[in-house]
Amino acid sequence: MAVKLSRRKLLATAGAAAAMSSFKINVARSQETPIKIGFPVPISGPYGTEANDQVRCAQLAIDWFNQESPRKAELVVRDDKLDPGEAATRTLELIESDKVDFICGSLSASVQLSVNQVASKRGVIYNSISQSDSINEASDFTKYTFHEALNPHMTAGAVARYVFGQAKGKKVAYLIADYAYGHEMQRGFRRVASEMGMEEVAEVRHPLGTTDYSAFFPRIQAARPDILLVVNFGRDQLNTLKQATDFGLKEQMQIVYPVLLDTQRIAGGFDPFEGVIGGANYYWTLEDEFESAKRLNDAYRAKYPDQGVPSAYGALGYAGVYGILKGVKEAGSIKTDEVIAAMESMKYDAYKGEQYFRKCDHQAVQSVLIIKAKPESEMRNQWDIFEILDTQPADEKFLRTCEELGHKA
Amino acid sequence: MTLDLFLLQLFTGLALGSIYVLVALGLSLIFGLLTIVNFAHGQFFMLGAYVGAFTLGFTGNFWLSLIVVPIVVGGIGMLCERFLVRPLYGRGIDYPLLLTYGLGLILLELVRIIAGTQGVPFNTPRLLAGAVDLHFFFFPKYRLFLIFATAVILLALWILLEKTSYGLIIRAGARDQEIVQVLGVDIGRVWLIVFGIGVAIAGIAGVLAAPIRGVFPEMGVPVLVEAFVVTVVGGMGSLLGAVIAGLLVGVTFSFTSFFYPEMATLSMFVLMALVLVFRPRGLFGRAGVLG
Amino acid sequence: MATDSTAVGAIRNRGPLEGVRPAFDLIARQRVLFTILFLVVLPWLAPYKALAVNILIFGLFAMGFNLVYGYAGMLSFGHAALFGLGAYGCGVPIAKFGFPWYVALPLGVLIATTAGVVIGWFATRSRGIYFAMVTLALSQVVYYVVYQSIWLTGGEDGLRGVSVPSISLFGIAEFNLLDPTTKYYLILIIIILALWIFSRILASPFGAILEGLRENEKRAAACGYDVNRTRWFAFVLSSVFSGLAGALYAIHLSVVPIETLHYFTSAVVLMMTLLGGMGTFFGPFVGALVYLLLQDVVSVITVHWQLVVGCLFVLLILFFPRGIWGSLMHWLRI
Repeated sequence: MAVKLSRRKLLATAGAAAAMSSFKINVARSQETPIKIGFPVPISGPYGTEANDQVRCAQLAIDWFNQESPRKAELVVRDDKLDPGEAATRTLELIESDKVDFICGSLSASVQLSVNQVASKRGVIYNSISQSDSINEASDFTKYTFHEALNPHMTAGAVARYVFGQAKGKKVAYLIADYAYGHEMQRGFRRVASEMGMEEVAEVRHPLGTTDYSAFFPRIQAARPDILLVVNFGRDQLNTLKQATDFGLKEQMQIVYPVLLDTQRIAGGFDPFEGVIGGANYYWTLEDEFESAKRLNDAYRAKYPDQGVPSAYGALGYAGVYGILKGVKEAGSIKTDEVIAAMESMKYDAYKGEQYFRKCDHQAVQSVLIIKAKPESEMRNQWDIFEILDTQPADEKFLRTCEELGHKA
Repeated sequence: MTLDLFLLQLFTGLALGSIYVLVALGLSLIFGLLTIVNFAHGQFFMLGAYVGAFTLGFTGNFWLSLIVVPIVVGGIGMLCERFLVRPLYGRGIDYPLLLTYGLGLILLELVRIIAGTQGVPFNTPRLLAGAVDLHFFFFPKYRLFLIFATAVILLALWILLEKTSYGLIIRAGARDQEIVQVLGVDIGRVWLIVFGIGVAIAGIAGVLAAPIRGVFPEMGVPVLVEAFVVTVVGGMGSLLGAVIAGLLVGVTFSFTSFFYPEMATLSMFVLMALVLVFRPRGLFGRAGVLG
Repeated sequence: MATDSTAVGAIRNRGPLEGVRPAFDLIARQRVLFTILFLVVLPWLAPYKALAVNILIFGLFAMGFNLVYGYAGMLSFGHAALFGLGAYGCGVPIAKFGFPWYVALPLGVLIATTAGVVIGWFATRSRGIYFAMVTLALSQVVYYVVYQSIWLTGGEDGLRGVSVPSISLFGIAEFNLLDPTTKYYLILIIIILALWIFSRILASPFGAILEGLRENEKRAAACGYDVNRTRWFAFVLSSVFSGLAGALYAIHLSVVPIETLHYFTSAVVLMMTLLGGMGTFFGPFVGALVYLLLQDVVSVITVHWQLVVGCLFVLLILFFPRGIWGSLMHWLRI
């Protein structure tokens, strides 16, 4: 009997030990498969600089997560070539072939809508870091869609409120690039303009990619506005400002942009931007005010000593990935529905104070900075290109209402 | 629309058209003699702007860059012609076209690699900055300079073609290559120089446009299509056509921008389509020149 | 093939890889069959299935383009319009009006073909570079019109919501299109049909006339063939295939980007056809395959994939104008 028992006991112990060790092996293996976040951004092409900064900053968010988590996260970067067709193909690759758990990215509006379409249909969370109003609307929204970036309505509203409040006169003129982004910004501006009793004296829409704006200035000048609201992006922004400076527009009116690009200012020389007021999601001097901004800046400086400070676009890359990973942390798992629930209920501070995702459209409710381009003489160093004039606080009242966007209450 | 507004739009159109004229001129010149559609033409425009920016950066002298640019860009063009385009002679119109397309891609990407994707600054030279009071309105000095510079270049080209023996050879070669060769002229050398000149003019256009449009790698891409519109309207191979059509397209764009800005670019293509359907050889082109 | 004892036969039999010649002859005769076999295994060879589907779609597009360029000898810069209208023509009914796929797909082809009739009519009145310019100008007009029709097409943001999650055939079988393999083989079936029809067209008298036209236009006219009408017909046929490719593209991506109508798309299909070899049956598919694979692989190594493509293009034009497949065929024949 004793022999049997001991053998049984031996077998039982051996069996239990074997079971335990295989359990350990399983656990260890699942700990080893990293959490993959797909990151399609336009690395080749005209926005390569911005995209590369997004990748750098996104990696910082990954590093932040990995420091405190036994299970590691990993960024899977793909080049979407600024083309929605390519982006859709890449997203399919990321989901079907690379088996990513989440997706974050995009710079252009049409690309993000394309990625959103593909990702949401396959049940993958997508946190967009591209500015757009369309992605909030019911027609494009799904429960898997999140929007970290500012939307034009919020940005235009913030800038308009500041500028109209400070303006000497009531006359406003618009120069708008004729595409979705332009129209969305204009709508945002117009709403505040009517609230504050401004008078619209001219509206000019120019084709996207126009190189020569001189044809449009005479009409604007003839209307004698106090404020000129210009909505275009990237190169177009730079060219408009160069030519407007040449035509002497700055002496006649205050030029305002909803979004001022730091990268363009550095690339295009400082004169054209001087004196222009605009909005932004981030500027590095926020580190004086926010611990989280300092954390981002310090990590950036430590890891990329030659690059200076994170750009506004880079910060978006950081915040987008941060938002997803914070959700994972809060949920304690990577199961999609649990992460969605966590992201919907959490408050997070990525780089400029507290933010949260509004429930109906998953728009990140956040502050907007109002910045002004400094004249070259006042710059203390090569990175000191803007000064922050004001901040519009994070508040849902600055967004379009859920009903307006087509969401059922 | 008041008189001063009309004149302002007109002058703006002329300045805009000046760039079109220069680019289309080069394209038409190359086509007229070599029967090649140079799909890299926009990239030579871009090269001119970059070479100009670098010269300006090194020497601080805008006028110097105006001299350096055509020489450098023309030189690069001649190298391309000699080693890439020349071997394709006789193979039909498609091959040089496609080759120059590939060449354009290469040039664009090389510039991105060498000079970065962001572009480089190019400020209006001090002397030409600011606006001048033309009694009816204020007009930027630089654009007046642009119109003037274009006129000078046109004059120089005209003198070259009409008044020199070299110009005579070029014109004869465009008319009938074989006879010219029979008469003992090395047509290869003529092609080389004409390609160089055509491309150099595009380069000058690029550096002249730089203070207005900025300098960045993609700046040449829309230029090619614009140049096609102009050469089609004016007539492929006709220099007078390039000039008239360039100014016409510039002024059309300017006035369309005033009345119906969203349609400004579309109007160019509609114009092109209309010309192609009703008068395929363009305003001044020779009938049966192509295909 | 019987052995040939004449001088010509002697030259022909002196080529490399003689032992493989019978195999290549077999392939040439059963070209459709071998294309199909290759395409069946493609998803397992390609890096990922979505890319394989792109190869199918662009291969078809390039084939349609090749009908006009390689077989009829007309260089078109406007084929993006046909591809794009096929895509929108199929996508809009699905996304905006809820049509089922089996209505939307033919609708897309129909719309593209109609455009082909109109553009082709205008274009074929010209020759050479003017033909190219007309197609470019008209396709740009299409681009701008679609771009401005935001309410219908989404404009610059592209058309979203072209969602065909599953296909059920006569209520018998249900196929899940979200599964990449299923999607590939379903699209492959359509492509195979298209390939077969294309092959029939080339083998028909019309195909012979087309090639005759390309080789010597004046002679064909002298023989009594209506040159313009033949060219126009070729253009229309080409738009059927290009439009079908576009319609499939819309279903594959579930979005239609406005870029499908841009002239860059016309340039891409031209490059693919040249890469592969114009005027050959396989060529465009090979070209699409090589171009897409190259772009994918090179993008991972370097950001400057366009430089590689440009250099490749230049090298091809200078040294291998017949394209990869065309050169291979030519080399093996000699």
